[in-house]
Amino acid sequence: MKETTTLKKSAQTDGLSRVDGRLKVTGAARYSAEFNIKGLTYGVLVGSTIAKGSIKSLDTKQAERAPGVLTVITHLNSPKVPGYQDGKPTGNGVFKIFYDNKIYFSGQPVALVVADSFERALFGASQVKAQYNQDNHQTNLRANVNTAKAPHGDGTYKRGTEDAWKTAPVKVEQEYIIPSDIHNPMELHAIIAQWDGDDKLTVWDKTQGVQDARDEIAQIFKLKKENVQVNSKFVGGAFGSALRTWPHEVAAIIAAKALNRPVKVVLSRADMFTSVGYRPHTWQKIGIGATADGKLVGITHEAIGQTSTYENFTEGTVGVSQSLYACPNVNTSYKLVALDVGVPTWMRGPGEATGAFALESALDELSYQLNIDPIELRMRNYAQTEPQGGKPFSSKYLDEAYKMGAEHIGWNDRSPKPGTVNENGWLVGYGMGGGMFGAYRDGATVKAIMMADGNLILQTAVSDIGPGTGTAMVSIASEMMGIPAEKIRFDMGESSLPQAPTQGGSSITASVGSAVYAVCKDLKEKFQQLIGNGGTDKPDYAQVLKQHNLAKLQVTSSAQGGDERKKYAMFSWSVHFVRVKVHPATGVIKIDKVACVADSGHIVSPKTARSQIIGGAIGGIGMALMEEVVFDHRYGRIVNNNFADYHVPVNADIPQIDALFVNKPDPYINPMGAKGMGEIALIGMASAVANAVYNATGKRVRDLPITPDKLITMDVELS
Amino acid sequence: MKQFQYTRAVSQQSTIDAIAKPGTKIIAGGTNLVDLMKRGVTAPDKLVDINNLPLKNITSTKTGLHIGALALNSVVSENSLVLQKQPLLSMALKAGASPQLRNMATVGGNMMQRTRCAYFFDVSMPCNKREPGTGCGAMGGYNRMHAIFGASEQCIAVHPSDMCVGLAALDATVIIAGKKGERRIQFIDFHRLPGDHPEQDNHLAMGEMIIGVDIPDNNFAKNSYYLKIRDRQSYAFALVSVAAALDISNGIIKQARLAMGGVAHKPWRLFDAEKALAGKAATEENFKQAAQIAMRDAKGYEYNSFKIKMAPAVIAEALKHAAGLV
Repeated sequence: MKETTTLKKSAQTDGLSRVDGRLKVTGAARYSAEFNIKGLTYGVLVGSTIAKGSIKSLDTKQAERAPGVLTVITHLNSPKVPGYQDGKPTGNGVFKIFYDNKIYFSGQPVALVVADSFERALFGASQVKAQYNQDNHQTNLRANVNTAKAPHGDGTYKRGTEDAWKTAPVKVEQEYIIPSDIHNPMELHAIIAQWDGDDKLTVWDKTQGVQDARDEIAQIFKLKKENVQVNSKFVGGAFGSALRTWPHEVAAIIAAKALNRPVKVVLSRADMFTSVGYRPHTWQKIGIGATADGKLVGITHEAIGQTSTYENFTEGTVGVSQSLYACPNVNTSYKLVALDVGVPTWMRGPGEATGAFALESALDELSYQLNIDPIELRMRNYAQTEPQGGKPFSSKYLDEAYKMGAEHIGWNDRSPKPGTVNENGWLVGYGMGGGMFGAYRDGATVKAIMMADGNLILQTAVSDIGPGTGTAMVSIASEMMGIPAEKIRFDMGESSLPQAPTQGGSSITASVGSAVYAVCKDLKEKFQQLIGNGGTDKPDYAQVLKQHNLAKLQVTSSAQGGDERKKYAMFSWSVHFVRVKVHPATGVIKIDKVACVADSGHIVSPKTARSQIIGGAIGGIGMALMEEVVFDHRYGRIVNNNFADYHVPVNADIPQIDALFVNKPDPYINPMGAKGMGEIALIGMASAVANAVYNATGKRVRDLPITPDKLITMDVELS
Repeated sequence: MKQFQYTRAVSQQSTIDAIAKPGTKIIAGGTNLVDLMKRGVTAPDKLVDINNLPLKNITSTKTGLHIGALALNSVVSENSLVLQKQPLLSMALKAGASPQLRNMATVGGNMMQRTRCAYFFDVSMPCNKREPGTGCGAMGGYNRMHAIFGASEQCIAVHPSDMCVGLAALDATVIIAGKKGERRIQFIDFHRLPGDHPEQDNHLAMGEMIIGVDIPDNNFAKNSYYLKIRDRQSYAFALVSVAAALDISNGIIKQARLAMGGVAHKPWRLFDAEKALAGKAATEENFKQAAQIAMRDAKGYEYNSFKIKMAPAVIAEALKHAAGLV
């Protein structure tokens, strides 16, 4: 099942083009649902139509009799799942599928219909008749904030004096709301499960971490880890939705066991809205105050997010207020409301993106109150050391990023008076907003094999959800080894390969990249030992192997961070600049120009880094202008669970986006000096858009998304 | 989806014979019907594919332009006769759906598309249009996209088409064929208001098929405009859209045509506003007055009341574009 990637090198200045780009655009890349296993069967899930209660009865007879249907799995007939037998209805943080008759949310699978074709399974699924005992459900965050509880302790943080912002001469207090947003990667979540006997399992699964998925599946089915093989060769986007093992994956494995045949389950787009997490609907309130010359006195940041009744999902929503600015008095509080909905999960820039929308909007509001330029206000409160503990930053060039972005967008053309620039009937405005995210590094292991023909194979169990991990790793190896990228193959996406972390938290280039760096260094040393003293650092590897009569030379190396994290605070930083045009009569918003600047340390792979920034920026534009999960609370059910009604930006919405990089290595984080980029590409973007809309119109939208109807029905707010 | 029979029609007559049987539906581009079948909203026993019928022609006639029912939305929008004689129709078509959908969707199919009301699409929700007697989910629910004109207690859904708004403004005629031969009805009379029978979208009778539309020649080509306000710039249904066509001579409006989308169960022609504009100067002030006239009888619901403010702004803006004031 090995797939080789054809490598192509592009213009030197841009770095490599995507090493698997050709496979992806020609359709040759095979995603998890696309493996044609002999005897494959097709499963379709049936979702609950109520949000809370229990299943009274399930009539599966008609479905079982439908053409091509092989089995219908429900809680009434599901084979026992060994890891489910601890008496609790939930486990591994998710509800146990087909375990009992409890309903936690609308859309929760109550049956899996397996047939000999997808179409027949789909029809069979329509024939399952469920009856429910319905309980009163709660799906409305705003109506239930009185039940908010802190997930840990009292959920608060304080430095200095509580609510000190109230004593400041200039202050702002406002509420900011984001709806739930769905990851909606283009590729639907999919799994093919195949058992080999009772104790060996192979899955082709959409996942951001093949080894974490392997460990979770092994735990749920009480299998030896080495007997579970998880393959995820290509992932068509995930943005956090594939960071964990979800119940539909367990369902496919259960069905494959029951039928003793391979089973494929592909979620529908509607399932994607309920079954694989989302960015949680969150209410926030910020109080922020400053002296007349713009020195921050205090920030109070409260957040209440939604979660499910069966699991608390928590994220770092208020963290930005603790760390982004030098402010002596900060207190934050974070609470959750448990609702009868599916559990949320991390979504690109998790928590921080939500918090940054509130904080960076509030800073903007404060800048108008103070009549100080928003960038100048940020510079007057620039954190030179980490504000929570005083540690020095391993690197921080956010000040340079502000300058680069301001110059690029033409910030000098911004009018400090909102609603005053009219260009051919359109109001023009500029806005900016920044973000930060911890720069993490995990341990990773890479095996490197130099073949007799001088081709290098690198192997590790990471998956690539789209940032171009393979390309970045090949870039590092090419530079280290002094061989062209065409001669390097990067194998990944199989759990049996050497250890690599799950792709999340913007840590892969730092983690796996360091291991690639280490293994290349070790491999070169092995060659040095063969050559003896005085040889070149980058020899003709094929020739050396031939001289020593070797078919290959291989080495496996691991790398992980050391004590540097104890000494330094490590973050990546970003700032986004946006120019918008707003039509005053119709409320239409056009993003006119975007410049995003990242301080991500050394840029390992410029071309894919640029793509990553652009993708994150577009995600932020979607969050700002259109993405919104809409519930009908009477039914506890989502009413826009499709791509026609849940809007993500299309090409027509997106102007040229310029990605700029400070591109200065971080001296401490890893040998390449590279910090993460995936999250900061999005964090802060929504506030930049909202701030630009305010600058254009004088209308401050504090509940996303900013749609034309909101603009035409709200009043101008001038400070 | 339910298993169904599929046949390819060889002639108009064989199509008419086939659709005489209950449970049989015509399929052309399938851009809406297949979605509805996948969601279980409709479950025909038999589909008659009419794509091979010779109904794709776009031709000049003595009195105007004829467009066959199977002409693709993309082809019509780029056709030189359409661009020359009825540019408003091209603009309306290009405002609809996405290029991929327009490459599949036909003129007849576009007319026959059903509402995108979420309650109509979700078979676990009440909907009088999908299942008469179950109630209207949208009335007390999420009705941001719904009607402000001509709704009933039974249904507040809107017709989703942009093309139809253009055709309604352009005084088009629909040509229908059935067992008894051909008949013609005014485009503006083709679609229905919901009344007590929201399950009926239009006046096409059982056993009938659309074979084309005729658009009479007019003097609107120089001064027409289609303005669609939506949540994103492509592949989104209208919050409000306006087709505006003016016949202007020496700065005076001789005739006006106005129709709105996204506001009613059918393309909503603004006859009173048209009358008010006739004989007036093409000025922003007059356009705003006409827009106010058009809003009489508008009624909003919990989430769509913004349309009462948005619609007149869009009417005035579309008229300004049509008159060349923008």
